[in-house]
Amino acid sequence: MSETIHIETTINGRDRAFEVAANLTLLDVLRDQLGLTGSKECCVVGECGACTVIMDGIPMNSCLMLAVEIDGRDVITVEGLATDGHLNALQQAFLDLSAPQCGFCIPGQLMSAHALLQRNSDPTIDDVNEALGGNLCRCAGYLQITEAVMVAAKAGKE
Amino acid sequence: MTSNGLVGSSPNRVGGRDRVTGAQQYVADIHLPNELHAKLVKIEEARARIISIDTTKAAQVPGVRLILTPDDLPHPMPRFGPQYQDRPVLAVGEVKYHGEPVAAVAADTREAAEEAVALVQVEYEALPGVHTIDAALDPDAPLVQDPSSRSGDPFAYSNIRTEFNFGWGDISAVEGEADYVIEREYEFPMVTHFAIEPHAFIAEPDGDELNVWSTIQHPYLLQKILAKMLDLPLSKLRIFAPDPGGGFGGKQHAKLEPLVSYMAMKAGRPVRLVMSLEETFQAVRRSSTRVRVRLGLTSEGDMVFSDIETNYLIGAYVDIADRVAGKSSYVAAGPYRIPAVKIVGRTILSNTTPTTAFRGFGVPQITWARESTLDEAALELGIDRLDIRRRNLPEKGFEFIPGDLPADGDWSQTVDKAAELIGWDTPVPEGRGRGIAIGLKSGPTTGLSYSTVRLLVDGSALIFCGTSDMGQGARTVFAQIVAQEMGIPIESINVIMGDTATVPFDQQTSASRSTVLMGTSVYRACKEIHGKVKTMAARLHGADEVDIEVDSGTVRLTGEELPIVDVVREGLGPLGGEVIGNGEMRKEKEPDHPLAGSAAFFEFNCTAIEVEVDGETGEIQIVKHVTVGDVGTALNPQQVKGQDDGAAIMGLGHTLMEVIIHDDTGRIRNLGAIDYRIPTSKDLPLELISASIENKDGPGPYGVKGISEGSLLCTAPAVGSAVRDATGLVIRDLPLTPQRVWEAMRERDRA
Repeated sequence: MSETIHIETTINGRDRAFEVAANLTLLDVLRDQLGLTGSKECCVVGECGACTVIMDGIPMNSCLMLAVEIDGRDVITVEGLATDGHLNALQQAFLDLSAPQCGFCIPGQLMSAHALLQRNSDPTIDDVNEALGGNLCRCAGYLQITEAVMVAAKAGKE
Repeated sequence: MTSNGLVGSSPNRVGGRDRVTGAQQYVADIHLPNELHAKLVKIEEARARIISIDTTKAAQVPGVRLILTPDDLPHPMPRFGPQYQDRPVLAVGEVKYHGEPVAAVAADTREAAEEAVALVQVEYEALPGVHTIDAALDPDAPLVQDPSSRSGDPFAYSNIRTEFNFGWGDISAVEGEADYVIEREYEFPMVTHFAIEPHAFIAEPDGDELNVWSTIQHPYLLQKILAKMLDLPLSKLRIFAPDPGGGFGGKQHAKLEPLVSYMAMKAGRPVRLVMSLEETFQAVRRSSTRVRVRLGLTSEGDMVFSDIETNYLIGAYVDIADRVAGKSSYVAAGPYRIPAVKIVGRTILSNTTPTTAFRGFGVPQITWARESTLDEAALELGIDRLDIRRRNLPEKGFEFIPGDLPADGDWSQTVDKAAELIGWDTPVPEGRGRGIAIGLKSGPTTGLSYSTVRLLVDGSALIFCGTSDMGQGARTVFAQIVAQEMGIPIESINVIMGDTATVPFDQQTSASRSTVLMGTSVYRACKEIHGKVKTMAARLHGADEVDIEVDSGTVRLTGEELPIVDVVREGLGPLGGEVIGNGEMRKEKEPDHPLAGSAAFFEFNCTAIEVEVDGETGEIQIVKHVTVGDVGTALNPQQVKGQDDGAAIMGLGHTLMEVIIHDDTGRIRNLGAIDYRIPTSKDLPLELISASIENKDGPGPYGVKGISEGSLLCTAPAVGSAVRDATGLVIRDLPLTPQRVWEAMRERDRA
């Protein structure tokens, strides 16, 4: 059995303290230990973006991080976007504009977009395409995804 | 989104909410108590003779519960496949392609399974293999499949799997009428599906039953194949097929489900196998092709004959590749009026990844060759590239392939719309080029779809149908049909799919069929409910059934109109209950047809492109991309646009960047996301317009035709045409990478 390490972290606004195996990635721990399966596993080399989470405001490929790295950090996963069952503006825009097709890449797209809107509430389309450039969508719903982010940005300003 | 949820509107996707909250469960998200984790043992060779497999060290890894080798499977090795039973559960005696599993390990944890896989010692002898068309057709080439397994097959002692012959008219009789004959050869490379969800499987023994979870598109076909292999009645083999995270054809047919099932039965515990993206690359790909087109035309541009030879490089096992090749070769001459056509198609076995269905089902490959050759002819004849296509298009109702469905749309409208949207008649801006191309694909040739609709006492409804919703939005469209016919809000409808034990049979989710075939089935289920409601209304109102009409949510009695749900609530009485309707849609085989069935509909698309080519780097910028489809009726315009945009961008993938690269021994050198590029949000056209022609002339409910594949059928030739227009370069191989374009420019400048 691998060495385990005690970490204290905030996940989706909730303070948590638990043991993690030192050799596991954040993605593995989220999915298999914490049951947060919204973050998806695809390429496991940081190219597809399906596993994107936000750590201290920065979008990260959770497949490339060790779980112990979130010790003392604030982490948001796709499960943390809605509040009391109410979709946030970004999720609602994705839904309204039919941005998800198969949906497998969508959690990662949402996290990259959420991080963008946190640091830039008034992005251009190029800003959005740049920020989401690391999130692959084979259904290629890129136009709908980008439009949804723009709509959410606008909704946030109103 | 504001929408009434009815047919023709664009309500929010049914299942969309779970897709934006992370709650959507895909196969890999499902865990069973007491499950084991499986990993595959593979070797780094494309072809090798297996001498021995030593599991001694691997078995000592703590947590390892099972190591399955060919010796642990029944003899002879069980084989399976949708067309030929040629694929073994594990490689037996010989590895025939890079990544073919030779053994598998199941352990308490993934880590233990991985550790054990590395300790399985496979002794093997590398053998020479074939992984190109030329190498496979060499008379001295090693044979990919054992001739003894192909007894009675005239090609058994070659790597040709099958030869197809289609056509009509007599080329030799009309050849003299051609003023001009052009002959060209075009190549289309190997590409892979790259669904973002890698394939995943779970098998669970349950008494004398077996439950299998799979990312499969065709759960009922999987059930049939596994039941036969495992000698179980269909009733004891339950397939759960959660919505796939993208399919595109790659998840149509059984891959490792038989292996995982044997492992679970042997271990007596659930076994899960979640493949890596790299392993998924080694499981599915599109056939690469070499297509030769010889086309005869009059000097005015009328087609006189078309003589086409298609060669599809398929993998070591056939999967559905023969059908792909046959069905796409059959329409190789395209949607044109041609007096004489001869088509010879060929599938060629090789030591490469087995090829399978992939969006477009072989048509993008042949369309690249045909449309590009037609373009070259137009240029040489001095005829406008749009005009040469327009003048050869059949009018609606013309049987352009004798014996098949006649042209089922006014296709000139589609072409004209694309030309208008790209501004074909306007001057091309300096430094740019334009291209246009047409794609045609046969819809499904057979079909069988059952459905059940249950209208519940409170006015809500359940739909049971076996379509797989892999992103195309099938749930939403079926819910719209029921909302329309029952007069109930779409939010009150639940669509149940993906469980062979609770949902009635559906043949498959492929060929853009579901809205037409399952849609008809659901519509008919609604009509059965209408009939029952009519009887109910007659009883309640003392009326004669002939004086009652039930339609679109309304019961019309003499002098009175009532909502269906009100009549049902009253009619069901104090015990409540529900009104059940069953639907069935069959498209039977036609034994005398070359494909054993005529097309249910055609997918017809015209794509027009404007590009700018960087003279320094060879990079192609798609300035404007127009795609127009003949859809009959857009039941959900937002989803139609989503499918068209998505297919168009996917088409840009195989046109501009995607290619599987092998080394000299046939090993794939660009496995995975780093070295195999697909379009990202940074690779989009500056402007992308997806438009539809709607004449309500399709065979499905409300006049719908199938969509979803149309807009990638002719992306490549449209781009190629535009590049030629911009640079004068004729490039006959894909993808049109900056390197390839730059090299062509350099060669041109030297010449």
